[in-house]
Amino acid sequence: MNRHLKSAFFSALLVWAVAFPVLGLKLSIVGINLEVHGQGPLTLSIIAACSVLMFLRVLFDKQWSGLMKSAPKGPLVSPKVSHFLTLPRTQRYIILGLIAVALVWPFFGSRGAVDIATLILIYVLLGLGLNIVVGLAGLLDLGYVGFYAVGAYSYALLSHYYGLSFWICLPIAGLMSATFGFLLGFPVLRLRGDYLAIVTLGFGEIIRLFLRNLTGLTGGPNGISNIEKPTFFGLTFERKAAEGMQTFHEFFGLQYNSINKVIFLYLVALLLALLALFVINRLLRMPIGRAWEALREDEIACRALGLNPTVIKLSAFTLGACFAGFAGSFFAARQGLVTPESFTFIESAIILAIVVLGGMGSQLGVILAAIVMILLPELMRDFSEYRMLMFGALMVLMMIWRPQGLLPMQRPHMELRR
Amino acid sequence: MSREILQVSGLSMRFGGLLAVNGVALTVKEKQVVALIGPNGAGKTTVFNCLTGFYKPSAGSILLDGQPIQGLAGHQIARKGVVRTFQNVRLFKEMTALENLLIAQHRHLNTNFFSGLLKTPGFRRSEREAMDFAQFWLDKVNLTEFANRTAGTLAYGQQRRLEIARCMMTRPRILMLDEPAAGLNPKETEDLKALISVLREEHNVTVLLIEHDMKLVMSISDHIVVINQGTPLADGTPEQIRDNPEVIKAYLGEA
Repeated sequence: MNRHLKSAFFSALLVWAVAFPVLGLKLSIVGINLEVHGQGPLTLSIIAACSVLMFLRVLFDKQWSGLMKSAPKGPLVSPKVSHFLTLPRTQRYIILGLIAVALVWPFFGSRGAVDIATLILIYVLLGLGLNIVVGLAGLLDLGYVGFYAVGAYSYALLSHYYGLSFWICLPIAGLMSATFGFLLGFPVLRLRGDYLAIVTLGFGEIIRLFLRNLTGLTGGPNGISNIEKPTFFGLTFERKAAEGMQTFHEFFGLQYNSINKVIFLYLVALLLALLALFVINRLLRMPIGRAWEALREDEIACRALGLNPTVIKLSAFTLGACFAGFAGSFFAARQGLVTPESFTFIESAIILAIVVLGGMGSQLGVILAAIVMILLPELMRDFSEYRMLMFGALMVLMMIWRPQGLLPMQRPHMELRR
Repeated sequence: MSREILQVSGLSMRFGGLLAVNGVALTVKEKQVVALIGPNGAGKTTVFNCLTGFYKPSAGSILLDGQPIQGLAGHQIARKGVVRTFQNVRLFKEMTALENLLIAQHRHLNTNFFSGLLKTPGFRRSEREAMDFAQFWLDKVNLTEFANRTAGTLAYGQQRRLEIARCMMTRPRILMLDEPAAGLNPKETEDLKALISVLREEHNVTVLLIEHDMKLVMSISDHIVVINQGTPLADGTPEQIRDNPEVIKAYLGEA
């Protein structure tokens, strides 16, 4: 009992130590100085209540766990349901349903909702691309945002200097990113696991710093602005068309409405995401997809069978980078502005979090996780100070309840038919 | 007399101060079964690793059909038709038996990205052929009914057989088996013996094996090479090896 009392006391103290500096103190500006003020009695009493709860929880740890054991216990979702949900066929139907919703969404949702949906689709695209590298090939890439930046800047620069249109630049941006992925992959992919993660992280930062310091070409920290928006077969969505161009609403004899542009951007993003979905779906059933899986399981056995590990890893890295390039060029077009600050490490972390949160290798998981990760901060704008805290809490809860991710997928197996 | 397919001479492998393999020489003729035996820790598996490119030998030459292959990477040697199994089974445990066999055919498949994406007739044909070939070998090793089971859930003896079938998928010329009978019961060892002779007779495969089961070694080998502490000790037909006093001494210790 004495021992329990001691550890309970320390736990309560720990609550104070953690919560008081963060929540109990407030910095406010008085004149030109910062002053520290204590928070009101309400905050302090909440912290006190928490610490008392913690004290009791630790003190009666044994009784508590006994209580938990006696309570009817089972996994959150019954194993049967969760098995059913991880079947590739089930997930395919859910994805088809989601696509149907996504198609009608812009015509019912508000302007803001469509805008957020576009942002989610960008992250879906990025998540699907990184899923190839991390989920399928098992290569931990922390510098994925580098390829996203390459894609964005490819379009921004080509549009700025040569006036090329979005649709021409989209494949070029994909190719550029793929090329970067290929070149960076060559030296990097002989590393494994943690080492690979660190080196890719470095490469991601190098690309960003390059863009930032190449002031003559990329505009440095100011970036490139006034990037052209995508056009619909040469019809722009602006109110007034540039010389020699026609606007969408004039061509179709509609009233000018700025939401058309938003909807169009959304549909372009949806198109790209669908393309990625299709490609990855096929990849899973192609020899190269199988080879990724095999390589993840046993590299030595692969080599003994004549598979070249470098080429196989490189193909995953290159393909993943290519999708980041598409996402990047679309991002540049949507935003109309690219700066190096859009491509910091936190972006890589968010994309990786989407892949891990969704469940490695699962496409539906990536889609759901992208929705959660982007929508949650948007819905909780009032609590934006605590955004990182919420991410942390989300990750911890995931680790406890669903360590395999929201919706992991069983790989589609090849069947022998007789 | 058949042709010499693999000639190894003066093969040495040094790990820092340890000379694990010292001047091993062996010659393998086409369609022969050659066994590599020796006490535990003699360096047999190290020889295998050198031959299959997992280690770069410190000295010596390895000629496959008169072409030097020492120093090539593992997958390059495998593509030349030298394929091995491992002492501890190395299947892709999460994949089905069938998929294990498909992976091994990777090099013979249509891996063109776009034809796979669009499921062109060429792609379908190559996948179908791969399936047929895999089915053929699943039949050979009596695993057809387990084709769609994940490899990790198969019994040990079945995993061993699957691993050999997987090697055959690459259309090898030399099959190197590292202790294929380890952990098998007498019945399964008999089956293995039959399988090895089928490989040799019907599929023109040369077999090089490491094995501790002397009954098996003596009954199927055409030629035996004995290694002790990294150095070659003896070399000859099963009868010669059986009567060699040096070999008996190495195995049983000083009388």
